[in-house]
Formats: sequence, structure tokens, C-alpha cells
Amino acid sequence: MSDVPAAPPRKEAVPPGSGRPAFLRPAALRESGLFLLFLAPAITIFAVFFFVPLARLVHFATYQQNRTGTAERYRGWGQVGDVLTGDEFREGLSHTVSYVLYTVPPGLILGVMLAVAANRRLKGIKAFQAIFSSTLATSVAVASVIFFVLLNPQIGYFRVDWLSDPDMALFGVSLSSIWQNLGLTFIIVLAGLQAVPDELMESATIDGAGPVRRFFRITLPLLSPTLLFLVVVLTVFAFQAFAQIDILTSGGPAGSTETLVFKIFQRQQPIDLAEGSAMALGLFGITLLVTMVQFAILDRRVHYS
Amino acid sequence: MSESAITLHDTELGADQAPAITGGRPGKSARRAKDVVWYLFLTLISLVVLFPIYMTLVRALSTPAAYINEGLPLYPVKIEWDIFRRAFETGDMGQKMIVSGVSTAIIAGAQLVTSVLAAYAFAFLRFPFKRVIFVLTMATLMLPIEVTLIPNITNVRNWGLLNSYAGLTLPFLATAFGIFLIRQGFLGIPKDLLDAAKLDGYGHFAFMIRIAVPVTRPVVASFAVISLLAAFNQYLWPRAVVSVAQWETVQIGLKSLVASNVEESNIGFAGALIAAIPVLLLLIFLQRHLIRGLTAGAVKG
Repeated sequence: MSDVPAAPPRKEAVPPGSGRPAFLRPAALRESGLFLLFLAPAITIFAVFFFVPLARLVHFATYQQNRTGTAERYRGWGQVGDVLTGDEFREGLSHTVSYVLYTVPPGLILGVMLAVAANRRLKGIKAFQAIFSSTLATSVAVASVIFFVLLNPQIGYFRVDWLSDPDMALFGVSLSSIWQNLGLTFIIVLAGLQAVPDELMESATIDGAGPVRRFFRITLPLLSPTLLFLVVVLTVFAFQAFAQIDILTSGGPAGSTETLVFKIFQRQQPIDLAEGSAMALGLFGITLLVTMVQFAILDRRVHYS
Repeated sequence: MSESAITLHDTELGADQAPAITGGRPGKSARRAKDVVWYLFLTLISLVVLFPIYMTLVRALSTPAAYINEGLPLYPVKIEWDIFRRAFETGDMGQKMIVSGVSTAIIAGAQLVTSVLAAYAFAFLRFPFKRVIFVLTMATLMLPIEVTLIPNITNVRNWGLLNSYAGLTLPFLATAFGIFLIRQGFLGIPKDLLDAAKLDGYGHFAFMIRIAVPVTRPVVASFAVISLLAAFNQYLWPRAVVSVAQWETVQIGLKSLVASNVEESNIGFAGALIAAIPVLLLLIFLQRHLIRGLTAGAVKG
């Protein structure tokens, strides 16, 4: 028995710097540095043109600028509340919601109908499919001019007064969106239809199910993720409607086609910044809410095989 | 195949989704009649879908006055074939095409670069709280230009960037959509490839350029097409940034072309058709990529 304390058990040779947390070790540090480097361009853009503007919206909405933008006074969230409960915002919101209702359900139904019609093995079906998706080639501006050709009160092809009638104008404008969205909806629903396994349809036919039954019992449920995606996309498009109104009606007649984005666009001058920013925050909140609600409600109905 | 006695409710077989593999089939003539009906139906729908574009062509080729005088026929009246040339001159379409073209190229190119870099970082590099940063990045999808218009245009104005390429393109040099798409592609690269590359001593940059991007070329190409389309078709932001005619893009130029002078509006109609051509060309040649990109988010499996 020795009275020398036992030597501590030998450890493995330890790499230098291992006393520090993992992410500070040299290799990891290099990787982190690379991460920051690669991400820097995108993050900079997002910071400057997305996040900071969000903060600025809050600032603009809670202050009041003078006409030249050289001075401002703090007004607080009460000002935001006033705008969001005021006539202008409610009008804009109502027009925007109407636009959603005019364009989304018809867009979906028509898209599904077109896709079902063109999803069959006929010779030359590709030509029809190309035609049905052709509206995808139009921008909103081009589609608006195309419907100007059809609906303009003075020289339009159809002798209707819709665009100069305050009660019908928004509906008239929405027709251009419905038409334009056909291409997109068609392509996406067609892809969804083509993903339906043949075996499923075959066995259903063997079991005696007719086309209608096959559609509602098999196709539609399998299409539901696709349709959910489309509902969200089309709704967001409708919430952002601007070009079609700018070209077809300029917001008229009597402001009956002024959607939220249009009203926001009109408020770029210093004196309008407060109102416009409050509206923009309202638009942001509503879009967020609607998207989340759509995902929540419809997601429960979606059939994931 | 014999006309078997096993008859199901099979009148839909042949031209429908359910293939004609079961039992008795309807006679050839019945099937052909059905096909004819479908052809007619599809043709009818096609005419309806194409009518707006057709009518725009008709109206572009006729002067409004002459056309209305004729009583709004379905064919062009007093065709003026030089209307397209006039659209270029009066409407200065050449200049607008240049502005649109350059800004589109800048935006699409920048989005490609920033998205690939960021996607690579998220997919292959480690970083504390990477998840949180990714979620924040995706959150920008909830802040479209429609919402951030006012502060962004105020900044652009204060920085003296109205009526400039910088003003037109800066807010769009990066997009979370691209980062998402390409990251998905990168995550799908087989692990064996990653391991092999590591064994071969590839650094991150080399791996990204020589392997990761080429392997995910379909996804990258799809995004590039979508990016080009979206940039070329922009309306709201250019409309806010541009206030002089020579900086107008093709899209916003359409408004002044059409609305200013109703008697000469056929110039605007011709302009719209011209404006649709680049996109049409893009789609004809690259639709495969576009469709793949669009359906990536919508269709399972």
C-alpha cells in the first residue's frame, strides 16, 4: 500500500479547445461563418424590405405626419383603431371580400370542370389541354386589357353597362380574374387528377360505380389537398387585387371597385401615410387570419391517403 | 376481345378514366359517337376560353369607330396591319420592353443566386437556432408588397431611387418561395452522394456548384421560370415606383395606352397582345418546368 495518492485514471488525448461548447469549435465556427455568409444576401433583403417595413407600418400608423412629411405627432393605437373601424377601411374590406367571393368559388368549380373534361384519353387531348391552360400566359394587366375589350361601356364588345354601374362594376372586374385564373386552376387540378391511381378507378368501375359516383367518392376526396392549396392561392390573389381595378375602372364608378390594396395605393403621400399604414396592417392581419383559418377548417376535411 | 356476356354499367368505358379492361364493351360505333360528343364539347369550351383573346385580336386590328359602325361583328373591320408597328411607335413599346427585360433579368437572376445560397445554408450547414431563422424567413411570405407598399415606396423615394432599375428591383432580389423550393430539392439529394462528396474532399462551395445545383436542376429550372414570369408580369410596384414615361414597364404602360384615348384604344389592344408574346414564348418552350414548379406544392406524391 503506497501513501502516494493514486494517479488519476488516464484519459484519452483530448483535442484542444474541447472545453468550449460544440458550436464554437474551429470546424463548427467555420461552418457557422459560411452559414451566415450564404444567408447574408437574402437576410439583408428580408430585413430591409420586409421586416423593417413592418415596423415602419406600425410607426406610421401610430403617428400623424404633416403634409410635407417633415413633422409628426404621436397618436397611438387609437388612431389605428379609428381607421380600422372607419368607413374607408370597411368599404375597402367589403369590396375585397366580395372580390374573393366572386372569384374563388367559380374559379375552383370551373377549373375542376375543365380538368375533368380534359382528363381523358382522346387523340389530340394535349391540344385541348394547352388551350385550357393558355390563360396562364396572360399577366393581370394583359387580362385586364382583354376584358376592357369585352366590357368597356363605350367600346366594349358586350353591350353592358356593368363597368359604369356601381352595383355591377366589381363583378365585371372579377370576370377578368376568373378567366385569368382558369389556366392556373386547370393545370393544378389536372395534375391532381392524374395522380389518382388507375387501380382505384378500375376497381371502382368493377364494383359498378358510375362516373358520377366515382367522381364524388374517389376523385374529389383525393383531390382535396390540391383544392385546399388552390383555395388558399386564389384567396390570396383576390385579396391582392389591384391591377385589374386600376386598368378597368380606376376604382370607380364612385369608388365602388376600390379594394383594400387600391386604397392603400392611393395613400402614399405623407399626410395619408397613417391611414394607409393602418389599412395595410389590417390587410396583413386579415390575410394571416384567413389563411390560417382556411388551413385549419379545410385541413380537417382533407383526405390524406 | 369477345363481346362477353358480362355486362357492367360500362357505358363509360373506353374514353373515360376507367380503362376498358373489364367484361363487355360497347360496340365500336357507340364508342366513336361518344368520342365525337366529347370532341364537340371540348371544342365548345375551347372557343369560350379563347374568345376573349380572339376578340382582343379582332379589336386590335380594327379602329373602334369603324368596328362599332359595322355593328360589332365577330371579324375585324378595316384591318390596319400596321397597328402593331404603331403600338411600338406611339406606345414606345421598344423602350418598355427594354425596361421590363432588364428589370426582369435582374430580379430573376438575383432571386436565383440568393435562393440557392440560402437554401444551401439551410439544407447543409449547421447553425444554432437554424429552425427559428428558417421560420422567420418563411414568415416573409406573409408580407407581400401589397402590405409593405407604403414604407417601401417611402424609403425608395427618400433614397432617390424612383424611376430607376434599383428602385424597380431591390425589394425583390430575394424570395422565401425560392428558398423553400430549392431547399426541398437539396434535402432530396441522396445521402450517398453527400457522403461520397465528403470522402472526395469537396468543400461546401465546390459541392454546391458542382453537385448540389446540377443534381437539382429540374427544381432550380422550375423556380427560374416562375421567377421570370412573376417579375415580368409585375404591376403594383412598378406602378408606384415609376412616374415618367420612359421608365414605364410593359405592364404598366398598358394602362396609359388603353385608357388615355378611347378612339385610338386599338393601339392599346395591340400593345396588350405584344406584351403577351414574351410570356407566351416562355411558356411554349419552358412549360414543362413551370408546371412542375406549380404542381410541386399542390399535389401529393
